[in-house]
Amino acid sequence: MGDMQDNMLPVIGLEIHVELATETKIFCRCANRFGDPPNTHTCPVCIGMPGAMPVMNQKAVEYSMKVGLALNCTVPNFTKWDRKSYYYPDLPKNYQISQYDLPLAIAGHLDIPLAGNKVKRIDITRAHLEEDAGKNVHDFPAHTGVDLNRAGIPLLEIVTEPDLRNVEEVMSFARSMHRLVRWLGVSHANMEMGQMRFEPNISLWVGDPEKVFDESAGYFTPIFEVKNLNSFRSLERTCQWVIDYHQAQIAEKGKAWSLADVGKQNWGFRDNLNACEFQRGKEEAHDYRYFPEPDLAPVVVDDAWRQKIRNELDEVGELPIARQRRYLTEWKLTEKEADALTQDIATSDLCDHSVEAGADPKRVVNLLLGRGAAIANERGCVIGKIGISDVQLPDLAKMLTKGEVNATAADKIFDIVVDSDALPAKIAESEGLLAVSDAGKITEWVDEAIAKNPQAVEDVHAGGKKQKKAFGFLTGQVMQLSRGAATPAEVQKLLQEKLGR
Amino acid sequence: MSGVIDLSALELRDAIAAGEVSAADATRAYLDAIETMDKQILAYNETFAERAMRQAEDIDKKRSAGETPDLLAGVPVALKDNICTSFGLTSCSSKMLENFHAPYDATVVGKLASAGAIVLGKTNMDEFAMGSSTENSACQTTHNPWDTSRVPGGSSGGSAAAVAARMCAMAIGSDTGGSIRQPAAFCGCVGLKPTYGRVSRYGLVAFGSSLDQIGPLTRDVADSALMLGVLAGHDSRDSTSVDRPVPDYLASLDKPIEKLRVGLIKEFHSESLDAEIRGAVDKAAGIYRDAGAEIIEVSLPHSRVDTDETGQLSSYAVACYYLVATAEASSNLARYDGVHYGHRTAEKVGGIVELYSRSRAEGFGDEVKRRIMLGTYALSSGYYDAYYLKALKVRRLIKNDFDAAFEKCDVLLAPTAPETAFGIGEKSADPLTMYMSDIYTISANLAGIPGISIPAGLSKSGLPLAVQLLGNVFAEETLLRAARMYEKSNGATRLIPEMVT
Repeated sequence: MGDMQDNMLPVIGLEIHVELATETKIFCRCANRFGDPPNTHTCPVCIGMPGAMPVMNQKAVEYSMKVGLALNCTVPNFTKWDRKSYYYPDLPKNYQISQYDLPLAIAGHLDIPLAGNKVKRIDITRAHLEEDAGKNVHDFPAHTGVDLNRAGIPLLEIVTEPDLRNVEEVMSFARSMHRLVRWLGVSHANMEMGQMRFEPNISLWVGDPEKVFDESAGYFTPIFEVKNLNSFRSLERTCQWVIDYHQAQIAEKGKAWSLADVGKQNWGFRDNLNACEFQRGKEEAHDYRYFPEPDLAPVVVDDAWRQKIRNELDEVGELPIARQRRYLTEWKLTEKEADALTQDIATSDLCDHSVEAGADPKRVVNLLLGRGAAIANERGCVIGKIGISDVQLPDLAKMLTKGEVNATAADKIFDIVVDSDALPAKIAESEGLLAVSDAGKITEWVDEAIAKNPQAVEDVHAGGKKQKKAFGFLTGQVMQLSRGAATPAEVQKLLQEKLGR
Repeated sequence: MSGVIDLSALELRDAIAAGEVSAADATRAYLDAIETMDKQILAYNETFAERAMRQAEDIDKKRSAGETPDLLAGVPVALKDNICTSFGLTSCSSKMLENFHAPYDATVVGKLASAGAIVLGKTNMDEFAMGSSTENSACQTTHNPWDTSRVPGGSSGGSAAAVAARMCAMAIGSDTGGSIRQPAAFCGCVGLKPTYGRVSRYGLVAFGSSLDQIGPLTRDVADSALMLGVLAGHDSRDSTSVDRPVPDYLASLDKPIEKLRVGLIKEFHSESLDAEIRGAVDKAAGIYRDAGAEIIEVSLPHSRVDTDETGQLSSYAVACYYLVATAEASSNLARYDGVHYGHRTAEKVGGIVELYSRSRAEGFGDEVKRRIMLGTYALSSGYYDAYYLKALKVRRLIKNDFDAAFEKCDVLLAPTAPETAFGIGEKSADPLTMYMSDIYTISANLAGIPGISIPAGLSKSGLPLAVQLLGNVFAEETLLRAARMYEKSNGATRLIPEMVT
């Protein structure tokens, strides 16, 4: 077994479901809203009432095209709707309107960032649009309820090729997709609200890792499909758990644990167990009986329409992964910094615009990821939306660079500026936060601090253990008297002189 | 008020508009007719006497107030029971929907209401419109007013019988494979299936969505033109309805078409055709020839009707139809599962799957089950290409045949049904023979073209005979004018069954 275990390579493909943030549902005019009382956004169409008919929401198609183009996909001239049949209480018609053989986007790729400044290209098989199902609600003692507010929300399913080879790659891809759809403004992608869900297909290739898919060089373990993962954490846990499980199975069963013998299986992740659970095997696989949806006309995408969406995409500008690369290579930021700044378009734009205004990138980044991140955290918003503008931020950064304010004062100004339209320079002035390096003024504060703290002065003179602490205390007192405006280096210099050291 | 119910819808409307008859008196007369006649005919599943009288009184009030009467002001109509109404039940003559109250009106119901029509009730049909005799009804068996031991045809048998027995001025049916035209032929009325997309299907409980079309059953061609004018038009809630202008069908109706080219379908005019029906078609051809029309023999090879050595008929069109229609039906009827919609078993069940299967076993009749199984099979993995996909290809060939025929002809002349009304119970045991009732009507649904069945006098045994005219897509104006030419010259229309007089 030893040889084999040395040659086990996870081969993972990902399906990502993204709820699109359209105003209304995909086939009716009910509001697309999360969190309202059950069954308040329903009508004959989205509850599958006999006789009701779907009407396509053009915006949902356009959002999907935009994602497709951003993923470097081909958006074909002709796509159509199909019915996918299965019986489930949350599916009102017992079929889902989806797209089978002619999806809205095909054959693209996404370059994902990996540790060590690396990039890997992951191929996208397709992206198709469908209607979301409702939600079973198990809050009742004797029965299950069904909330159909979610039924009919446009859902974009993005499918990758089985190109992912480890958990890190899976997570990077998932995070990149999450960032991308938010960036494009097509989805809130809020995981807790189920607006983005993952379905990994996981198998291990046992054999020559250079020759994956070459049947003479190895074989696959059974493919495990795990549905409905709605957090990064559960996606990560699931992938790791399945990989470990496959390794254990190979150790136990050897070659009998193969895709050829066992087939594809559905497993579910159980949060409370932190493990996956068997759901069904290939014998119970659904036959979805796809056929063209007769109630909807096919979607014909002409050049003009495609170009319109491409123009909209161009207006969005540089996409997050490209920005990350730029921050790493041009601004020499760390991977962590580059990642943090490209979480969302507002933060990244604020950063870029500030640098364009002439501020030093490192100063801007430090301000944003320091006090900016803290305020964003307090306010529960992204850094780019805490209230500092792309005029105020470069102004503040430049003041720091020129030494017009010190770091402490800058933080204070930052706190004020997020709720003000005033320029940082004005605030510094009115609040007395401009750096004071005038020796005369600082000497007054130093004298006052020495006079008020004889014990500390004594400790400094006494030397030994207490000396350093006492000196620090006195420095702090001077800073306080200056309300943070004194230049710390100047304070320390004058203190040392006065205390005769 | 004797005589009121003998007026055509158009005559009645004009009489009401002129103040010669009140809408209330007309409605009362029809309700009385239902009271006396329907005990024998059993055409209505439900009537709305009070509501109808209220509606009629409103119409009369409006007239007294000097308002311009609408197109169907005061005309009492009947609706097939698969058309959703926000009042009363919409049962589809199925145990499955015996308690179904639709919360909304079908688009055609709204259009009728706006035109001032008065809804007398909902009429019996084959369950979910599946059948050719109205015997597949969970409600009752409707009798043919011409001979109560015979069927009225189907599936719109209740509507046809109600029109023939003077229990409404006009009625609405639906036609998926001949369900308006064949019962019209059996009951001696005019039945029009419009072009697919001419009339909104929103609110018509779907059977075969790519084939279904709503249309009028009337006493004469003028009423058909009147009613189509009210029903036709684009509906933003039905994506398959076509946005093109609706001509004034009545205005041009009495203008004979010069140099009309009438195609006689070779394949529908074989030796095996019932002699009297063949005679009626020949006679119609003669009438057109006398009116200056050119009679051209045309071929529809893919709609060919064959007869084997046992006399059993067969046809590509019928085979194609029973794959396409049943495939769509298997999906359309999936929602009736006792959870979302429809009858729920009272038995104790072990789980949701058993709840589904028991509810469906109890709620659906045999013919519906047969078609769901057929359609499910045709769409199943491994069979899809051989059955469903093949049927779509045949459907295309059938359509191509019509396209070629309409290059040479304005209308096509054919029988409506291979026989006159058959006896109740005569074919119940043999579904395949029953399916052949639609042998001459089915092709029009597959091709999406309009067709009209016109009375052609009585057979030797006193049963209505009929001929069918088929037109090119959206050529209803031509079709109606040609039908009117025949009707005028034939002088055998508006026959009244003996039991009514």
